[in-house]
Amino acid sequence: MAIFLTADSKVIVQGMTGSEGMKHTQRMLRSGTAIVGGVNPRKAGTEVEFEGGVTVPVFGTVAEAMEATGANVSVVFVPAAFTKAAAVEAIDAGIPLCVVITEGVAVKDTAEFYNYAKEKGTTRIVGPNCPGLISPGVSNAGIIPADISGGGRIGLVSKSGTLTYQMMYELRDFGFSSAVGIGGDPVIGTTHIDCLEAFQNDPDTDAIVMIGEIGGDAEERAAAYIKDHVTKPVVGYVAGFTAPEGKTMGHAGAIVSGSSGTAAAKQEALEAAGVKVGKTPSETADLMRHIMESLAR
Amino acid sequence: MDLFEYQARDMFEKHGVPVLAGAVATTPEEARDAAERVGAASGGVTVVKAQVKTGGRGKAGGVKLAKTVDEAEEHARAILGMDIKGHTVHRVMIAQGAQIAEEYYFSILLDRANRTYLAMCSTEGGVEIEQLAVERPEALAKVAVDPNVGIDDAKAREIVEAAGFEPDVAAKVEPVLKALWAVYRDEDATLVEVNPLVKTESGEIIALDGKVTLDANADFRHPDHAALEDSSATDPLEAAAQEKGLNYVKLDGSVGIIGNGAGLVMSTLDVVAYAGEEFGGQKPANFLDIGGGASAEIMADGLHVILSDPQVKSVFVNVFGGITACDAVANGIVGALDALGDEEDRPLVVRLDGNNVEEGRRILAERNHPRVIIEATMDGAARRAAELASQN
Repeated sequence: MAIFLTADSKVIVQGMTGSEGMKHTQRMLRSGTAIVGGVNPRKAGTEVEFEGGVTVPVFGTVAEAMEATGANVSVVFVPAAFTKAAAVEAIDAGIPLCVVITEGVAVKDTAEFYNYAKEKGTTRIVGPNCPGLISPGVSNAGIIPADISGGGRIGLVSKSGTLTYQMMYELRDFGFSSAVGIGGDPVIGTTHIDCLEAFQNDPDTDAIVMIGEIGGDAEERAAAYIKDHVTKPVVGYVAGFTAPEGKTMGHAGAIVSGSSGTAAAKQEALEAAGVKVGKTPSETADLMRHIMESLAR
Repeated sequence: MDLFEYQARDMFEKHGVPVLAGAVATTPEEARDAAERVGAASGGVTVVKAQVKTGGRGKAGGVKLAKTVDEAEEHARAILGMDIKGHTVHRVMIAQGAQIAEEYYFSILLDRANRTYLAMCSTEGGVEIEQLAVERPEALAKVAVDPNVGIDDAKAREIVEAAGFEPDVAAKVEPVLKALWAVYRDEDATLVEVNPLVKTESGEIIALDGKVTLDANADFRHPDHAALEDSSATDPLEAAAQEKGLNYVKLDGSVGIIGNGAGLVMSTLDVVAYAGEEFGGQKPANFLDIGGGASAEIMADGLHVILSDPQVKSVFVNVFGGITACDAVANGIVGALDALGDEEDRPLVVRLDGNNVEEGRRILAERNHPRVIIEATMDGAARRAAELASQN
């Protein structure tokens, strides 16, 4: 078991025939993901060949791809200007999981397709501006390198891609049930809380690492959720203590506005909820290492 | 991007939001001409307003009433060049005078937690809204707005009712709220704020001040937004980085930072600041994210920008190769150092991990550059970079 992405996941790629889509479809295939199709209306009916003689059919729409292949996950690589249309198409087709990798999507577009998905109630959105998610050894939907860490019993949820990689690398001797990169935009589909809930309910996850960063109050709300609903051990990390007020730090959502969204406030909220918060990624990994070692005893 | 008030005023006018006549001026003489034109409809009375992207300009003396064009010119002369909370006033807006009867507040903004928009409205405007929200939260109505529906007739009514407007005023405020929604939606704003929204003595509703923040990710839909940018206020290093498509923020420390991925770079700044406490308070000099899949060329561009900051005493390159390959990073470092030659003598601490790390480390070891120091861990490298910065 794992969360959101399992051995039953059949993945299609929207924007597969573009350069990013091609590169990462190849990587996903190499890590054992069941890629069952690509979507591009201008290339419908063709096939794309990947290394090792693997061919992947291209469909005109998400609905056609789902009908022909039984796909239940879509990974979106289309350019930012067309992302909303791609997501709406996936939502209309009722695909259960839509992972939006694309960076630089307008907030209005995300707000519109997220609320559209919420109203329909059949599609979980992950992202945008995220590395996707991986259940190591099982399936990989997005761009997280599959060779950093194998499977294991730690769950990871993070706003940041490279901090996800760093943390998986530090804890590769234990391995991960699933790692979810939820993205650093102001509006995202799947939140820390959604992942905490899923990890809490996942029998194959023993402990959770939660990585946050400045901006908004998602970490504070996650802390409140942990206090009331999560019994598994949680270790936290927050990036951006030295970020100046009013400056966007790379991620569109990573901005301290006035006194809100600071790393200090997030750390305080997490610690008040009983979450141990590391000062650096390495210290955070050490905290988790101790927990995993004591659980093994 | 935050707009100046005069830019917000023009944008409001374009979308049918009632505003007073106004014109921007950069010299006292221009202000005089503007006052002649703008003040004609208000008996020669104008208001001279400092254009700065910060609050509290009234208290700082940046807003002055002028009864004549001479006074307008005089006020402009006093206000131009004034410093308001670290912002130098380069422009003033000359606005038509108004007879204000009542002041209200209205804003639309992004509600990150609920992933909707939020309309906030109060019949007690003209004050610090953060203060009102804390002291008298019941006086500030908050109404969720569905991004796919927006502020239609029903929503406008819901907002004015929640705010407690008298029925006759409410009827006049509703269409203004719909027009402000059009600004928010059609311009891809993440904030539209009017404080105060006023009722004049003659009963008209007017947006007397405006604050608009635009979403840079939506620029592809708005080629006209580029002209709204205030390039004079951009830090020259930030401008140089932007030209090369780099994500750079200038800070005021001594350790230059390059990394890949926004989260890892933010984390690197923190780790350097902690390590720097031991070495006389060394701090990060910048934020620079070279992004996923960065090439040798991007790495070299980044290094050039960082080394053109004279405050930088040492550089920390922190890369975890996920998609980025460490050999490309190493080639970028070597290429940039060769291009800079011997006149560049600041040390470079490099920590590489992940994709192709062996090859990356091999390239650096082979080049054996005297100023490149390879460290195995992020914490160790941060310490070393801070230490070196304290010695230079």
